[in-house]
Amino acid sequence: MVRFLLNNKEHTLVDIDPNTSVLDYLREGLGRVGTKEGCASGDCGACTVVLGQLAGDDIQYSAINSCITPIGNLHGKQLITVEDLKTDQGLHPAQQAMVDCHGSQCGFCTPGFVMSMFAYRKTNDTPERETIIEALGGNLCRCTGYRPIIDAAVQMYDPATEDQFSGTEGTTVKALRSISESTTPVELSGAGRHYYAPTSAAELSALLTAHPQAMLVAGGTDLSLEITQFLREIDTLIYTGRVEELLQIHETADTIEIGAAVSYNDCKTLLCNEYPDLHELIERLGSRQIRNQGTLGGNVGNASPIGDMPPVLIALNAQLVLRSSAGSRTLPIQDYFLSYKVTAQQPGEFIQSIIVPRAKADYTFRAYKVSKRLEDDISAILGVFHLKIDQGVVIDASVAFGGMAEIPKHAELCEQALMNQPWNQATIDQAMAALGNDFTPIDDFRASATYRKQVSQNLLQRLFFETDGSAQQVRVTQYA
Amino acid sequence: MRNLPDVSSSKPASVNGVAGQDLRHESAHKHVSGEAIYIDDMAAPANTLHAYVGLSQIARGKLLSMDLDKVRSAPGVVDVLTLDDVPGHKDIGPVFPGDPLMVDDQVEFWGQVLFAVAATSYEAARKAARLAVVEYEAQAADLTIEQGLENNSFVRPSHTQKRGDTATALKSAAHTLSGEMQIGGQEQMYLESQASLCVPQEDGGMLVYTSTQNPSEGQKLVAEVLDIPLSLVTVDMRRMGGGFGGKETNANQWACLAALLARKTGRAVKIRLARADDMSATGKRHHFLARYEVGFDEEGRLLALDMDLSGGCGISPDLSDAIVDRAMFHSDNAYFLPTAHIKGHRVKTNTVSNTAFRGFGGPQGMVAIENIMDNIARVVGRDPLEVRKLNFYTDEGDRNTTHYGQTIEQHIVEPLVARLEQTSDYQQRRREITAFNRNNKVLKKGIALTPVKFGISFTVQHLNQAGALIHIYTDGSIQLNHGGTEMGQGLFTKVAQIVASELQVDINTVLCTSTRTDKVPNTSPTAASSGTDLNGMAARDAVCKIKQRMVAFAAGHFSVAEEDVQFANNRVTCGDHDMSFAEFAQLTYMNRVSLSATGYYRTPKIHYDRESASGRPFFYYAYGAAVSEVLIDTLTGEYKLTRADLCQDVGQSINPVIDIGQVEGAFIQGMGWLTTEELVWGKDGRLQTVNPASYKIPAIGDTPTEFNVELLPDSPNVEATIFHSKAVGEPPLMLGISVWSALRDAVASLDDYRRSPSLDTPATPERVLKACMEIRKGATS
Repeated sequence: MVRFLLNNKEHTLVDIDPNTSVLDYLREGLGRVGTKEGCASGDCGACTVVLGQLAGDDIQYSAINSCITPIGNLHGKQLITVEDLKTDQGLHPAQQAMVDCHGSQCGFCTPGFVMSMFAYRKTNDTPERETIIEALGGNLCRCTGYRPIIDAAVQMYDPATEDQFSGTEGTTVKALRSISESTTPVELSGAGRHYYAPTSAAELSALLTAHPQAMLVAGGTDLSLEITQFLREIDTLIYTGRVEELLQIHETADTIEIGAAVSYNDCKTLLCNEYPDLHELIERLGSRQIRNQGTLGGNVGNASPIGDMPPVLIALNAQLVLRSSAGSRTLPIQDYFLSYKVTAQQPGEFIQSIIVPRAKADYTFRAYKVSKRLEDDISAILGVFHLKIDQGVVIDASVAFGGMAEIPKHAELCEQALMNQPWNQATIDQAMAALGNDFTPIDDFRASATYRKQVSQNLLQRLFFETDGSAQQVRVTQYA
Repeated sequence: MRNLPDVSSSKPASVNGVAGQDLRHESAHKHVSGEAIYIDDMAAPANTLHAYVGLSQIARGKLLSMDLDKVRSAPGVVDVLTLDDVPGHKDIGPVFPGDPLMVDDQVEFWGQVLFAVAATSYEAARKAARLAVVEYEAQAADLTIEQGLENNSFVRPSHTQKRGDTATALKSAAHTLSGEMQIGGQEQMYLESQASLCVPQEDGGMLVYTSTQNPSEGQKLVAEVLDIPLSLVTVDMRRMGGGFGGKETNANQWACLAALLARKTGRAVKIRLARADDMSATGKRHHFLARYEVGFDEEGRLLALDMDLSGGCGISPDLSDAIVDRAMFHSDNAYFLPTAHIKGHRVKTNTVSNTAFRGFGGPQGMVAIENIMDNIARVVGRDPLEVRKLNFYTDEGDRNTTHYGQTIEQHIVEPLVARLEQTSDYQQRRREITAFNRNNKVLKKGIALTPVKFGISFTVQHLNQAGALIHIYTDGSIQLNHGGTEMGQGLFTKVAQIVASELQVDINTVLCTSTRTDKVPNTSPTAASSGTDLNGMAARDAVCKIKQRMVAFAAGHFSVAEEDVQFANNRVTCGDHDMSFAEFAQLTYMNRVSLSATGYYRTPKIHYDRESASGRPFFYYAYGAAVSEVLIDTLTGEYKLTRADLCQDVGQSINPVIDIGQVEGAFIQGMGWLTTEELVWGKDGRLQTVNPASYKIPAIGDTPTEFNVELLPDSPNVEATIFHSKAVGEPPLMLGISVWSALRDAVASLDDYRRSPSLDTPATPERVLKACMEIRKGATS
């Protein structure tokens, strides 16, 4: 049984095809047609809805793409759609501001924007252009050019009155708590397909043993495309987002261990505090909606050659904790990726956590993402550099790339060319040449092989310029 | 009516929402609350079926066999439709034949419709449509413009516009330049994909709800494929979730297929394309190849232009004749061409037939000449803005006629550009940018000011007509209907304002209802920026007819002169008698005056003779200009638009906030076309960029932090357009050219502005980096 709040009314699902998306359930099951389908792949934001989740005694509101969220993931959450914002008293401030600022033209993307703005208003005390853009980067509008929408996101704070959800938050907390305290297993069956949402690693292991063909749903932001784009039917889905051990973050003096089911948004601050250069990368990784659902574990386990976090984790020499019913083992992450979409993960195993070393003194860390569009785009090339330069000499060099090969991996020849060399242009030139022999990238619609090769080398040059003491800005994303 | 409704006799001091006032979009409150209904949101009749299409998986070839047994036996499938089932026309080409509704035996592009299936759910229909077993015999396919040119493969004959002796002028010019430029296409990417709902009616008729810019053409084609009179088909269109030209002809096919399945099954049938199929199976903006030779003097003054504009049309004519014509009509942009030889080719390729997209060929012609302007400037060593200004049309020295013989009667570009140069602080910023570029090794800045002169009217003359229908009810409320469609541009709002203005009543008394072919017949597509110009005038004609009847009646009834019947502030005064508009409406009704009228308008003055390639194809021109400043990374080619200043001539605006919205949105869309929006086809002819994950339209962070947008003040249209306004839908799209030109300016700084970098469009980071590397290779310092 799956239980959730539809705004403030409890809904129970039992017999429904677990491959059903939240969007299809809203539109076809409930006749709530305010939420729109623009792409069914989580790239346009027209389907944005907001989830309220328990966070202590409060509700944490987050915008998600309903088109790529399996219906079972709603368990224990509050689902808020555009229909819930308007009350007898009138439009919600987010809606009213969009009207007053002329933020809609054709109106098709508007409900999605309104929901992202609503979530923003619930989680930010004051509006700032930079964070507005980060929050709305996953909502595409083809009509307005966005200026009036940015204005509306500022204006919705005037007046900064509390909305109806603040008034009922206590009741919502109680209702969600009552659902979460229930011991009834969270599962769905319908159309001959099944969905399980275990709460412990042991349960997850048992389920994986019983259903070796099952697909794990972490954020589901990529897996769902199998259903919506390729029309595949997935017989068994196992959701990792309720597994206690996978939701933990452990910090030690030397490491940060992040549970595989922790969302980007929930580990972003921690990672960025440790490695400030990750800030830009994580904000450009997918969209806010994706980062609210997507997980580090999913990004690794998906084993895509163009995932953004694996090269970072490889360059930092992170470790993976893999678990199965036979126990757990720890693996350096670079040994996890074997060939295109093939990993060292054995049947019955799952990623429990990712152990990231803490930043070390005197190390330089940079993560460079290059994509056609700056926001919400998949990397053409992603280069990560982790170096120690002592008295002008490179004494440790870890370099990893994504988008350059069938798996994310170290640029070993480049690393060798840097090691024990003086940190100067001559070394950079040699390392750039070496890097040219590390990879044989491919041509595709994101970039040509020539561009990938040239830019991967140029990123090393960028690194040198950023660390040569001149303090001159060399990135368009950071120029102010 | 025995009893009349109660009406108020209050005396408001003003009137809300008349023409000239800022007024929100008529559906704004419904957009934000999710209450605005699009085709897929409608409450469909019981037992409605869902249709889907099977698409070809080959660029070109003979269809050897198509086994649909697995489709028919798939769960939920009710019926299957192939070309043999079509009782009427099998070709739905809008102007010329060439667009088969479904493949007969020859596949012409990847993604062509082979068959359609109707099932009990959307999912069942989509899954079934993938089960066909199809055998092809592959044939060689032309995928590029160059291949089509080489094989002399055209969808329509070429056309030439000529003035003077270009060859001689080129020979005697102080400088000549020649070159070529690839201009990329563009996907419309309306957020609402193609959708139709067809409901069978009595007498074999069909009620068609479809997301279309062209209800009358949809009506005609549905009638033709069903082989029934047009009178039996009604098309109803309330709103689109975006159109941009992509629903001008490309909505028809889906409506026709759904109508045929509705007829075949006797049930209502809905069709909605999934995004990837919409992008594979519907047309886009034409990509172009421009090849030119230009002659100019020492200062950069144009003397001769010889240019071939070759549009990649895809497999069929669709609207390509008019689109390539419009590219040719705009190959001068705002510049006087003393001698010109402009050839337009309609190249056939084995790709989906390209179609209308905001600007309709104009942007491609315009970016081709702007490329030349930048190139000339580098040769003569001047700021490109100076060269542009030097070449503007003026009313001095016989420099005021276009290469197709139209006289420029309203010279706006010079003062508009002068104003923008001041307000944007262009000269000061140019100096700062030059200094910045000297001092920065990786990041470079660029700035460009580019103008727009865009011709307004359909170049197909008969389309320049429109109709409207207005009813005034006995409570004073007004229902308005016209042939234009609402796709977000605010047409319904503006036309309602026009009606409210004529009667001086509040806008909330005027309701604009869905566009329907049974209310206003034989309408033109809402396209060519003409929506308000045409339908606003038709609505005004209708309301003025009723008003005149009311006035004539009141003059007699109250024994006053007609001039003494005044409409103001929601009230009507007739000499000493003063009443609310509603009371007045009741009075006229009780005295048996008709309160309903149709209106009609046709654009005057326009003509074009294709034989001599001359005439006055445009009623007037709309002008604009933009200054864009960009920052580029010369190591990766990444860039950012940091500031944009726009000024657009909209004549006397009917609704300034709506016009501003059009200007800003068009600019960003034009920027997307020239920067990140890249259509990539595989060698097999399959489009690889079929969703927003791979095809990147501008996102919110691409909007510049500093974005100054102005409507040119005090510049009413000299022609008698509706309230002397000007069209605004398409012209500002071409303001985006300034972003591309600014990128080239930034790249040119790498060789101290001595040479002009080649930069094909879209100027993706990859192309910008390539341009940087090329210009650096030859740099002398």
